[in-house]
Amino acid sequence: MKVLVAVKRVIDYNVKIRVKPDHSDVDLTNVKMAMNPFCEIAVEEAVRLKEKGVASEVVAVTIGPKAAQEQLRTALALGADRAVHVETEERVESLAAAKLLAKVVEEEQPGLVILGKQAIDTDNNQTGQMLAALAGLPQGTFASEVVVDGDKVQVTREIDGGLQTVELTLPAIVTTDLRLNEPRYAKLPDIMKAKKKPLDVKSPADLGVEVASRLTLLKVESPAERKGGIKVGSVDELVDKLKNEAKVL
Amino acid sequence: MSILVLAEHHDGQLAGATAHVVAAAQAIGGDIDVLVAGENVAAVAEAAARLDGVRKVRVADHAVYAHQLAEPMGALLVELAGAYSHVLAAASTTGKNVLPRVAALKDVSQISEIVEVVDADTFKRPIYAGNAIATVKSDDGLKVITVRSTGFDAVGESGSAAVESVDTVVENSQSSFIKQELAQSDRPELAAAKVVISGGRGMGSGENFKLLEGIADKLGAAIGASRAAVDAGFVPNDMQVGQTGKIVAPELYIAVGISGAIQHLAGMKDSKVIVAINKDEEAPIFQVADYGLVGDLFEILPELESKL
Repeated sequence: MKVLVAVKRVIDYNVKIRVKPDHSDVDLTNVKMAMNPFCEIAVEEAVRLKEKGVASEVVAVTIGPKAAQEQLRTALALGADRAVHVETEERVESLAAAKLLAKVVEEEQPGLVILGKQAIDTDNNQTGQMLAALAGLPQGTFASEVVVDGDKVQVTREIDGGLQTVELTLPAIVTTDLRLNEPRYAKLPDIMKAKKKPLDVKSPADLGVEVASRLTLLKVESPAERKGGIKVGSVDELVDKLKNEAKVL
Repeated sequence: MSILVLAEHHDGQLAGATAHVVAAAQAIGGDIDVLVAGENVAAVAEAAARLDGVRKVRVADHAVYAHQLAEPMGALLVELAGAYSHVLAAASTTGKNVLPRVAALKDVSQISEIVEVVDADTFKRPIYAGNAIATVKSDDGLKVITVRSTGFDAVGESGSAAVESVDTVVENSQSSFIKQELAQSDRPELAAAKVVISGGRGMGSGENFKLLEGIADKLGAAIGASRAAVDAGFVPNDMQVGQTGKIVAPELYIAVGISGAIQHLAGMKDSKVIVAINKDEEAPIFQVADYGLVGDLFEILPELESKL
């Protein structure tokens, strides 16, 4: 079974973001970029499926500017066999990303597609579900455990209040939650080998997908700053402040 | 304009989040219908009919909608969405699971986790873990939206909307429910609690979370946790407050032994009053806390409990 894993290049999660002075967007010039953390978990799961003999081939795919090939090379260093880059400089919304991925799914015919549950830049949490809908496939979102058994996959999902297990017929779409696994680090020899692995570049036009935005970003603002608080010296003072000053007790 | 709100419910009970989503629908303006889909959901429909501002409640009661699996729920909503200008659901794990399917099948974008309605086409939503607020306008004919419930005050329960059944039954051969394991708790629901007390890695062990219970009981508070505490196995992950867990905005949030990583702050920084108890006076949590107390939580917590 072939496993397709989608990765996204995003701002590094440790970076404190800045809003541009003209409020047009977040300033991403000269900011450290990295693979979205949920995508790292997706790559790890795909590679583990290969190590277990469940997956025969792992194909990593990304959509984005030329620089996003760095993240594909990372996926290759972590164990993916080959990569597909859908190159575009435009801002690609979840719906367009799902349409592009649906075309890649149609071409590659994977048995399982793994994505992160959300990207930490847009915080949308949409692409996996949209891809499942467009490809006509079932979805196992927010997965904390994935067990492939013949032509079915059992996915344990993190839901509000606990865990839910569903069974899906393959092919299926899975999106990863944080506790699915602990991603490995790429080793230097693997990083060197990854440079020689195949990386196929396509354009949205090759796939016949229109990526123009459907949403207009009117403004990006910093959230309201919290007023600087005070430090209290004792529990008595804390209780007093909460009762008499903040009036929340 | 007419708006369809997908009701959130668990174990035959309407979830509090629904009243917040109806409030968001009122801010958009127009006729508001609530869809209750599930199996044996008559009581949920009755509760939904009492929500203020609801025109009618539409009930799809069938085994195929049990556990609200994404595939049949998406297909049902696609059938019904044509009559509406907006489809709304809570940004819960159910809403997040189902609504993007609906949007894609209707070939429209989805707007996730809105916190404010500017007008019927324009909404505000947090991005980058709540470190920026984006104002987005949708040109799509149908707006598919999930609502962050802490962004809107719940509507009241003095209404009496009509209840009608929806006969649409879709097929689902692709997915099936196997089992569910829910954490048991007598305390208020985390996302809806007026007071939340959360523990972090500084709690040291799951056993030590008992120190929070007495305080939580006295304050009628829900108990939360940071991701560090969850990852360390102290408490189950449904207690996690943060970007990837629950988003809370209570009157009072007490962070105990939590350093205050960006990821955690994204889940609680809209709380009215924040109290931080931490032995590290350099911890970032003190930058957002209204009241900070530097010290050993193992001494402070019992004292706090005795003085409440």
